[in-house]
Amino acid sequence: MGDAEHRRMTGLVLVVSHGPSTDDVHSFVLYTLNGLTAGALYFLVASGFTLIFGLMRVVNLAHGSLYLFGGYLGFSAWDSTGSWVLGIVVGAGAMAVVGLLTQQILLRPIQGQDLRQALVTIGLSIVAADLLLAHYGGLSYQLTAPDAINGATTLPVLSGVVNGLSSLHMPDVIYPTFKLFVFGFAAVVGILLWLMLNRTRLGIIVRAAIDDRDMVSALGINIQLVFALLFALGAALAGLAGVMQASTTSITTGDDQPYLLASLIVVIIGGMGSLGGAAIGALLVGLVEQYGLAYAPTNAEAIIFVMMVIVLALRPQGILGRPA
Amino acid sequence: MSASARLVAIAAAGRSHRGILIAAVAGVLALFLITFPLYASGYQMTAIAALSMILGIEALSLIFLAGYGGMVSLAQTALAGLGAYTIGILTVSHSLAGDLIGFRVFGQAIGYTVHSSYPLWAAVLIALLVSTAFAFLFAVISVRSQGIYFLMITLALAMIVYNVAEENYTIFNGHGGIGGERAPAVGGVSFDPIRYPRPFYYLVLVVAALVYFGVRYVVRSPFGLALQGIRDNPRRMRALGFWVEGHRVAAFTLAGFIAGVGGVLYVWYYQIISPGFIDLTHTINILIIAVIGGMIYFEGAFLGALAFTLVTNFASSYTDRYNTVIGLTFLLIVLFSPNGLMGLPETILRLPRTLTRFRTVTLGPSIAGLGASFGLGPSSSQRDRPRETGPPAASGSSEEADRGINA
Repeated sequence: MGDAEHRRMTGLVLVVSHGPSTDDVHSFVLYTLNGLTAGALYFLVASGFTLIFGLMRVVNLAHGSLYLFGGYLGFSAWDSTGSWVLGIVVGAGAMAVVGLLTQQILLRPIQGQDLRQALVTIGLSIVAADLLLAHYGGLSYQLTAPDAINGATTLPVLSGVVNGLSSLHMPDVIYPTFKLFVFGFAAVVGILLWLMLNRTRLGIIVRAAIDDRDMVSALGINIQLVFALLFALGAALAGLAGVMQASTTSITTGDDQPYLLASLIVVIIGGMGSLGGAAIGALLVGLVEQYGLAYAPTNAEAIIFVMMVIVLALRPQGILGRPA
Repeated sequence: MSASARLVAIAAAGRSHRGILIAAVAGVLALFLITFPLYASGYQMTAIAALSMILGIEALSLIFLAGYGGMVSLAQTALAGLGAYTIGILTVSHSLAGDLIGFRVFGQAIGYTVHSSYPLWAAVLIALLVSTAFAFLFAVISVRSQGIYFLMITLALAMIVYNVAEENYTIFNGHGGIGGERAPAVGGVSFDPIRYPRPFYYLVLVVAALVYFGVRYVVRSPFGLALQGIRDNPRRMRALGFWVEGHRVAAFTLAGFIAGVGGVLYVWYYQIISPGFIDLTHTINILIIAVIGGMIYFEGAFLGALAFTLVTNFASSYTDRYNTVIGLTFLLIVLFSPNGLMGLPETILRLPRTLTRFRTVTLGPSIAGLGASFGLGPSSSQRDRPRETGPPAASGSSEEADRGINA
């Protein structure tokens, strides 16, 4: 997962450097927080991916492109207006439109042909990557979040725990506020998605359509409208994640690939089409990756690979996936 | 090869003379390929022809898997890369620094250090072995998944190989990769592609021909027929007593060997292997080549590779956005000609119908099951076809067969 991780790791070093390097507990807490933040971002990307896959059987291999494009547009909106919230809205909203157009124009005519749809999204991702590179170049783009959620926060409870576990007096656990915000934000998004799927009429239709879309269609429900809505929502989540990542560290050309890979691994581990699986998979990947970067820096990817292989060997359908 | 033969045969529609026609065109094509160095420049021999054949070998391994095993693998580039890396490690890394054979656990070296380069035959043998062994490993991991799941898992495996190569410096030398691999010199003949393009061209031609005819032989063997049966209906084949997973693993392993052959030639051509050669773009390029060529024709692998090489070579001199050109070409072919360039004549014949329905039908009963497993032809299951009124008439696949694929 390359550049993005290296940048995150750089951020991590800055945070850790104020504390004594000998203190394992203190570092471990920070690594865990980093893992949770990374997992939160992975969840934002992968939840859209898994929703689209679960309902429509579309493996959207242009999902990483939506993520990157959303991040770029969010940056442009923030850059020209100064409003971070507008950046978020533009990044997510524009991707909803792009996703909707993609689904209606390119994917709907070949509905039901899984692999051909995947190939179409591959073609799209190639074109998108090239055009985004042409327009935005190779620079890194970064948004600055409002002061209210920027800066550093001292975590009193965690500090107490760390001091309780350590024989020496440890400095307080201080962590970037925005990363905490990202985690909370992803949690809220996850809960909202869960409520939508489990407590609304739309959610009932979606879950029924996952099981038997012909029957749902036969009951007089406009299933194509549901497909369109869900695809737009999934694409919007990718764009949202792009802006969030651009606000946490930065985004640059080529970031579409690692986040597509992350989405793939997260949903393979968690179970394809399962929202809860995406949450578990994202947190697992985020935590294992950050611990790996901290404790075995050259083998972080291999550790995730081993984790994926173990999950596939024990449960081919993923942790929360249902057998095909 | 009989690529043009088929095109001409279809265009001529002279079914009774088809065999003679194919033989004649294949003969002309073979003569052309053999005499090509007489009138071609070194650049045309290596950067166009040899590179096309090398990419064609890699695409061939994918077409064999996808077209005859129903497994669209995105791991072929990574497997080729592992072979190429092995050549680099054995012939360059060791002769330079005397690297450790084995690995380090907590800084403790396990294994022994070699200071001299491996003999060429040993390096090639080990490289092919490495590609094949990893293919076996990948197959064991992914073989229980099918269709789109298989594609996703092989993609993830390929990206992990890329990331490990990028991050690991002790074996893969990280981002820079391993450069300085020399093409072999056997019995006074150097196969160096830059200084001696002609021998290198013939080397690649012979290897490509061996792989091409070898794969053609395999798919006509009992194993190949069983594999196609499994592609069309695994449930029925299992009921007949075939070991479905075993056939899939064997096919994937064989494809890994072919990819390894491509990887060895690849590293001799470029004289460097780095993570950039096995990244997502290159992985997708092999898929693009296979799709452009037509996922079920072995000749299509080379035709697609030639088209790809020509576009990348010549479009890049007109525009910086040649990746956009490639991506759009790919999109158009996926949307309008699912059987690629090889299937183009038939696609054109069916154009009126395609335009009215925007849904391309498969070519005939023989590949109907493939169409279903690909999602290229009739939809892969009843449930995926909410508003469809009956399957296309040209398809010979039964609903039972379709369900078998999904099962």
